[in-house]
Amino acid sequence: MKTPETPAFECETGNYHTFCPISCVAWLYQKIEDSFSLVVGTKTCGYFLQNALGVMIFAEPRYAMAELEEGDISAQSNDQKELEKICLQIRDDRNPSVIIWIGTCTTEIIKMDLEGIAPKLERQIGIPIVVARANGLDYAFTQGEDTVLAAMAHRCPEYKWCETNSKRQDQSGRIRVNTTSNNKITSQKSELTGSNLVLFGSLPSSVASQLNSELKRQSILISGWLPSQKYDELPGLGGDVYVCGVNPFLSRTATTLMRRRKCQLIGAPFPIGPDGTRAWIEKICSVFNIKPDGLEEKENRIWKNIEDYIRVVTGKSVFFMGDNLLEISLARFLIRCGMIVYEIGIPYMDRRYQAAELLLLQHTCIKMKTPVPRIVEKPDNYGQVQRMHELKPHLAITGMAHANPLEARNIDTKWSVEFTFAQIHGSGNARDILELVTRPLRCKGGLTSGSRSLSKQTTII
Amino acid sequence: MKLAHRMYAGPAHIGTLRVASSFRNVHAIMHAPLGDDHFNVMRSMSERERDFTPVTASVVDRHVLARGSRDKVVSNISRKDEEQRPDLIVLTPTCTSSILQEDLQNFVDRASLYSESDVILADVNHYRVNELQASDKTLEQIVRHYLDRAREEGSSNQSLTDAPSANIIGISTPGFHNQHDCRELKRLLRESGVSINQIIPEGEFLRNLKDLPRAWFNTVPYREMGLMAATFLEKEYGMPHLSTTPIGISNTADFIVQIEKLLNLWAPVLLRKKLNYDLYVENQTKFVSQAAWFSKSIDCQNLAGKEAAVSGDATHAASITKILVGEMGIRVSCSGTYCKHDAERFNEQVRGLCDEVIITEDHTEVGDTIARIEPSVIFGTQMERHIGKRIDIPCGVISSPVHIQNFPLGYRPFLGYEGTNQISDLIYNSFNLGMEDHSLDVFGGHDTKGISTKSLSTDKKNIDWAPEAESEPKRIPGFVRGKIKRNTEIFAKQNNISEITVDVTYAAKERSSP
Ligand code: SF4
Repeated sequence: MKTPETPAFECETGNYHTFCPISCVAWLYQKIEDSFSLVVGTKTCGYFLQNALGVMIFAEPRYAMAELEEGDISAQSNDQKELEKICLQIRDDRNPSVIIWIGTCTTEIIKMDLEGIAPKLERQIGIPIVVARANGLDYAFTQGEDTVLAAMAHRCPEYKWCETNSKRQDQSGRIRVNTTSNNKITSQKSELTGSNLVLFGSLPSSVASQLNSELKRQSILISGWLPSQKYDELPGLGGDVYVCGVNPFLSRTATTLMRRRKCQLIGAPFPIGPDGTRAWIEKICSVFNIKPDGLEEKENRIWKNIEDYIRVVTGKSVFFMGDNLLEISLARFLIRCGMIVYEIGIPYMDRRYQAAELLLLQHTCIKMKTPVPRIVEKPDNYGQVQRMHELKPHLAITGMAHANPLEARNIDTKWSVEFTFAQIHGSGNARDILELVTRPLRCKGGLTSGSRSLSKQTTII
Repeated sequence: MKLAHRMYAGPAHIGTLRVASSFRNVHAIMHAPLGDDHFNVMRSMSERERDFTPVTASVVDRHVLARGSRDKVVSNISRKDEEQRPDLIVLTPTCTSSILQEDLQNFVDRASLYSESDVILADVNHYRVNELQASDKTLEQIVRHYLDRAREEGSSNQSLTDAPSANIIGISTPGFHNQHDCRELKRLLRESGVSINQIIPEGEFLRNLKDLPRAWFNTVPYREMGLMAATFLEKEYGMPHLSTTPIGISNTADFIVQIEKLLNLWAPVLLRKKLNYDLYVENQTKFVSQAAWFSKSIDCQNLAGKEAAVSGDATHAASITKILVGEMGIRVSCSGTYCKHDAERFNEQVRGLCDEVIITEDHTEVGDTIARIEPSVIFGTQMERHIGKRIDIPCGVISSPVHIQNFPLGYRPFLGYEGTNQISDLIYNSFNLGMEDHSLDVFGGHDTKGISTKSLSTDKKNIDWAPEAESEPKRIPGFVRGKIKRNTEIFAKQNNISEITVDVTYAAKERSSP
């Protein structure tokens, strides 16, 4: 095989639109059912959350703001006292099993010692307090989850072999009953299964269990997820534990797991799209010395299953403006679907954590005979819009700030945020990704197609 | 520090951005961390804006923290200047810049040396003012800037227009029904023989501002934005302004009477006649607006004496309170606003119209008050709509904070005579839906819900309801159920009863009935 063309990386000005990372509370409070997230910040942060999360905010969410006032900034009031008052109120009203403090730009700038105060308050009020600095100075959008999970990784108990071992016995016993088709291999495999595998990344529970069962089919039982559904079900971690990420934006968590908890990281492409899912499972199997079973057939079946969508997208071009770090994996999947990717914008590119994904991207390009797209880190939205003006892509995957203006200029758009909230992992959800991608291509407004731009501005973009 | 779930008015920079992006060809550069440009999303989504929101950020990141923004802000300004040639670039501070204490004015001075565009620093402090106050301030700042300059250059034009004319001050982007109100206000003025000189900030070019003083007077439809600019124009250029909001029949009539007065200052000289609008008002009230007839009709009589709670910005809450009480005979148990800075005036306006005035930025306080009062209907913001949902009380939305629903495609002004029709519909429909629900309850309906506790803040109850007793209040129609349930609990508490049985409910009922 000829060596793949390595992708060209570029870095622009970082003048792009994305969500503030504190938005991660929106999905983390839903994922960790007994948690309460407290964002320690200003009216700016509160206003953002309120508007970005729209409807959710009215449903008695388990998160709130500790809104800083002028006295807090000028250090006239005592941070610890103030936080204590607020956390006691939260404890009395909601009684959560853990309070997650989200540090913001302001707490960074005034150097509020959240990490120092937390252990003291924790003892005092008897509820664990996890501190994550998910601010707009350092991170973009989904990286917020990364900071929370990295902080949470410290709270996972030490992995105890014997305890989970007995659990494993029990589970592999069940497996033997379930998979009768190939008894010999299964029983042989279950001896080898890695019940010391922990997956990290927050997924809706139904998606998590889909991935669990895909691995189970290969006789791999996982010992837990970070995060878990409940705070006190956090998985055990330690030197014997293998960890594998399910999302491309979790590089800090991966580093923490490796360096601080001594876990062994399985670097794999991410289980997005049938190709990604298969590569992900194969990589995990290879670590546990398991010969994957039936993966190829399964992948082919799925591709066949989505043929109708593929017909819509084949040959169409797409431009990722970049704002949530899922871009590489999505682009790789869309190229495999026959699309042409002009540009992959991405807020931040960890080439080590994403190494396997990048390699798969290159192989996919060779396979599909398309050039490797340019990858633009810290993109400049203004420049991108100019480029789009020239390239005229069929589809722009972009944030909501640009969606309507681009539509008015006859460029179909898909809001990128939807990929963060939709179920896109595992081979079963490939259809959902394409459902999202093809929606703008399918529902062409009959009124304007082919007509001139609907923009009111006369100057070019 | 305070625990907060949601807020009525946004942070200061939102106000500045609203003004800047409403003017034509003005660009705002926020001095802010990545992620604070959410205004662009709001504008693009709620207003379904077709064009790129003219707001970018000069991003504050770790480098900036370590070394200061130094040349970054300046080069971002020059870059925008070259790319898009805006007439004005407004450097917008955020909560972050408030604490970094960099000399932004200095950056602005440096940048203006090189750039073709004018550059100013928005004079707003995150910790002192909110969105509304900031918008008011920024609008005044821009008006002052361009008028001062025109005066220096000798290009200002203060000669009154030949025919009567007015400026409309304070129409802006994402404002509550602003576009429709503006159209209606224009019509109202035109029909009173007043032409429009300028509308700011929405859609106006800065180079035209020098002609602002040519109008005979200014109108400020909303108290939240524009009063400062109007006061400045009054002081410096002797322009009178009208701050009456023409919402509702009597306010609108009042508005026109005041126009008449203002015009008659000049009319005898310039037009050689005195104007009189009595007939116009009468005709409009009788035939264009249906509201006056509606308030006489049987429909409205049914509403008489019903209880309502009102909450919103100062302009809308006060006007709606006036309409409910004065024009429809509805009892307003409580009226309130989150515009704390305008409290005095608000109090003055609703004095005598409602039982209780509540001025707070804390939505839980509003929620608890409403839950306690249990009105038949709420007129409030999106927040109150959700409070209403939780305690089963219908709500009509009358004020920002806004939601995409508050940007209807159809024509829905709140101002002027057409506005009175819209408001009557809104009020009547809110009540009507509530009544329908209740009659379903009365006639056995489809009510399978449990008892709503009608209390919003978590307060730990220590009274138990015995299961048979629990089903007792279910037989009571929904609209009085909460009250009866609570009366029972109060009765139980007073009599040291820890478990409520069916007997207790009857005892309570006997005790509380007259
Ligand atoms: S960027 Fe900073 S100030 Fe802005 S919302 Fe995010 S954490 Fe708050």
